[in-house]
Amino acid sequence: MVRTQKRKLKKGLGVGYCALIYLFLFLPIAVIITNSFNATTSKPYMTWKGFTFDWYIKLFDNSALLDSFGNTILIAVCSTVLATCIGTLAAVGMYRYRFRGKGVIDALLYIPVVIPEIVLGIALLTLFAKTSIPRGILSLVLAHTTFSIPFVVFNIRARLTGYDNSVEEASMDLGAGKVETFFRITVPILAPAIGGGALLAFTLSIDDVIISYFTNGQTKTFPLKVMESIKSGVSPDVNALSTLILAGTTLLVILTQSNLFKRRK
Amino acid sequence: MKTKKGAAISIATMVSPVTLWMAFFIAIPLLYVAVMSFCGTDENYNVVFRLTLENYRRLLDPSYLQIYMQSILIAFLTTAFCILLGYPFAFLIARTKSRKKALLYMLVIIPFWTNSLIRIYGWRTFLSASGMLNTLLMKLNLIDTQIDFLYNIGTTVFGMVYCLFPFMILPLYTAIEKLDINLLEASSDLGARGASTFFHIILPLTASGIFSGSIMVFIPALGYFFVADILGGGNSDVIGNLIERQFQSGNNWPLGAALSMILIGITLLLVKLYQKCGGDMESLGV
Amino acid sequence: MEKTKIVEIRNVNKLYDENHVVKDLSLDVYAGEFLTLLGSSGCGKTTTLRMIAGFEQPTDGLILVEGENVADKEPYERNVNTVFQSYALFPHMTVFDNIAYGLKMKRVKKKEIHDRVMEMLELVQLGGFEKRYPSQLSGGQKQRVAIARALINNPKVLLLDEPLGALDLKLRKQMQLELKRLQKKLNITFIYVTHDQEEALSMSDRIAVMHGGVLEQVAVPLEIYESPASKFVATFIGETNLFEGRVVKIEGNSVSVMVESGMVTALGEGFSEGELVSISVRPERMNYSVTPVEGFTIEAKVREQVYVGSVIKAIVELGNGNEVKLERLAGQALPMDGTVYLYWGENDAKLLRTPDNEFFQAVENIQMC
Repeated sequence: MVRTQKRKLKKGLGVGYCALIYLFLFLPIAVIITNSFNATTSKPYMTWKGFTFDWYIKLFDNSALLDSFGNTILIAVCSTVLATCIGTLAAVGMYRYRFRGKGVIDALLYIPVVIPEIVLGIALLTLFAKTSIPRGILSLVLAHTTFSIPFVVFNIRARLTGYDNSVEEASMDLGAGKVETFFRITVPILAPAIGGGALLAFTLSIDDVIISYFTNGQTKTFPLKVMESIKSGVSPDVNALSTLILAGTTLLVILTQSNLFKRRK
Repeated sequence: MKTKKGAAISIATMVSPVTLWMAFFIAIPLLYVAVMSFCGTDENYNVVFRLTLENYRRLLDPSYLQIYMQSILIAFLTTAFCILLGYPFAFLIARTKSRKKALLYMLVIIPFWTNSLIRIYGWRTFLSASGMLNTLLMKLNLIDTQIDFLYNIGTTVFGMVYCLFPFMILPLYTAIEKLDINLLEASSDLGARGASTFFHIILPLTASGIFSGSIMVFIPALGYFFVADILGGGNSDVIGNLIERQFQSGNNWPLGAALSMILIGITLLLVKLYQKCGGDMESLGV
Repeated sequence: MEKTKIVEIRNVNKLYDENHVVKDLSLDVYAGEFLTLLGSSGCGKTTTLRMIAGFEQPTDGLILVEGENVADKEPYERNVNTVFQSYALFPHMTVFDNIAYGLKMKRVKKKEIHDRVMEMLELVQLGGFEKRYPSQLSGGQKQRVAIARALINNPKVLLLDEPLGALDLKLRKQMQLELKRLQKKLNITFIYVTHDQEEALSMSDRIAVMHGGVLEQVAVPLEIYESPASKFVATFIGETNLFEGRVVKIEGNSVSVMVESGMVTALGEGFSEGELVSISVRPERMNYSVTPVEGFTIEAKVREQVYVGSVIKAIVELGNGNEVKLERLAGQALPMDGTVYLYWGENDAKLLRTPDNEFFQAVENIQMC
């Protein structure tokens, strides 16, 4: 049957096209992972000199690199916690209540999402300079929290549709105060949405380049350390660390969102 | 039900943290940048508060104008390629009947958990004169000498497309998934071939996704200076590079601020345009 | 009425992986008729409709429209149009543009499109609605736009997939009449899919009853009701009383069957002694007597009677606890708390074969006394 043949051809082309795109997306990752096993020893570390696990071991001798990674994790955790707290309160509060000024808050939330990161970066730099906030871990945490909050709020808001607050009313009817109700009822029910928002905030933080570039002072985060190495040639221990981070994040997401991999009915 | 006072206290508790935070860390800094753009500098590169239009005058310099044009061109090409390459891909993934659909979706996002800098560096390694692509092409006898893929506008666009691809895919995916397959069947039933169904039904109904994606790609592309640096090597500066320079080596913050105001202006313009075309802000939240 | 075949389905099978959804279906549809595919969910009726439309391909078998094999034809190449269950109106187009769509695809001239669309709007009683959008229409109105959109293309066959399912009862009854009127007026073949047997009985020229992918019977409504060809058809259409038993004696075409509660007689041909059979008797055909009747030995106690307007519905209980329903005209009530003997006239019962897969269950149902 000609029609089924045509269908098969179309399907084949479709699969082929998707495969090419996936190839495009993963190619540099393959390059990074491959180069992490490169037995090269001299800058710029580009030519292939054989297979080795050495760099994964040498990685742990590179204190500057490990420090930068430690900074990144610390900043990511702190900013995620802050952004999630502030963002969850805001998302629930704005969903539940009507009040004047919602439009203004919304606009403020959209700004970091829409404007180019560089503008936000220099604006924060200017703020820190003017208010003498020490540039380092503190300024980075503040900056990361700032751009994460909107994403947390929007993420939770998107999943709030259909949320029935009669459970909260029931809770208060039974004697629980507002705060207690919030922590005993609201948060547990919204846990997946909150988790999703937190995950998003975490991911944004560990990969942030532009905003960190302006607000870091002397502190190096992992992405900034990479930026530094790019000028002289990225040594494979950086590749090794990147590979480990990728493996770690993938694992984390698989564990927390494992229902995505179950068969869709 | 709730007392008015009780509600007021609740609202205040829940919403004031975010309001205060955003006011202090977004509104005030941006206002300050706006003011600073009208300021000058002294010999020690400190900002001096004498209002002047000097910065904006300098920005009309032809060398700057050339970079604005270049930056807009790069952003435009990036957006165009993201749409052309991304739409079919998003369509195929969103409408697949495969059971692995969620996995396919995840596979788009996973690369972006690796540091974007190092991935761009990965491309540089791959595309460089002594890199894998050249080596491969030579081994296959397709070329005789190494081709210089790097350090031009093309590579910068390529890098931007790579970085911003998911920002186009995600809104497209959402819009396409919502498309009711009955509508496509009805169209076919009424005599429309594939192309007609696409132009009359699919495209209009997924246009919102294209608009959201475009905003999320075009605007960052104006500011991604590191892509222009690493892959473009100074030959394809974007407005972001200009700003970066003023805050680092140029030490002329007011000028940088003025450049930022230009970027903000372009952003506002595009967002207004987006809203005029019926775009809704919620789909920009990704 | 013409007897030209407009759609011919020949030995069509459809499998989705291991799921055998349509089994060896053969059916002819005649030009100008209103044919209904009737059955419960999952019986294959919608799949069959979609195969005629071109959205699904038969796994094997042949479908002919106007004598031509449509296997290689895309939906847009077939002279067949569909009214979808969900209406599938294009939300971004006005009522006018929705209806005009098919004509636009055929590159009909603008003036002609305008005239024909306005004409069609009048036909479905939606004059004045041309500038509205689907979101501004009620369910019934969307329904009519969907019909107009399909009909304007003058298809040889109109396929309707449970089009009235989403409407409330009153509107549904109204639309049933309108659809029937439309069909007669335009003399287009309608192939209608529904699970509502009342709808099928009232609208169709012929009904094709499907069950588990198999065509159980195709006939005019009266025949479907009075002479169901299988147990499924008997129980699916209208109400009936079903007795299961074994043939014990055959005299000519009079068959004596031993059922659990006793002995009964019915007319039938081609049965053999010892065969397992079912007997279907409609409540309005079920009769009773206060004295035993020859050929029947079923006793029952009258449990309840209800006056429902012009008829009395009665339920009697058999010795084995099973219930039998009777329907009498008002004024012919049964004696309450009495014992009655059930019987029926020769032509009032239908003798049916028991399908193979129910063989063992039937055996268990029989207790020889």
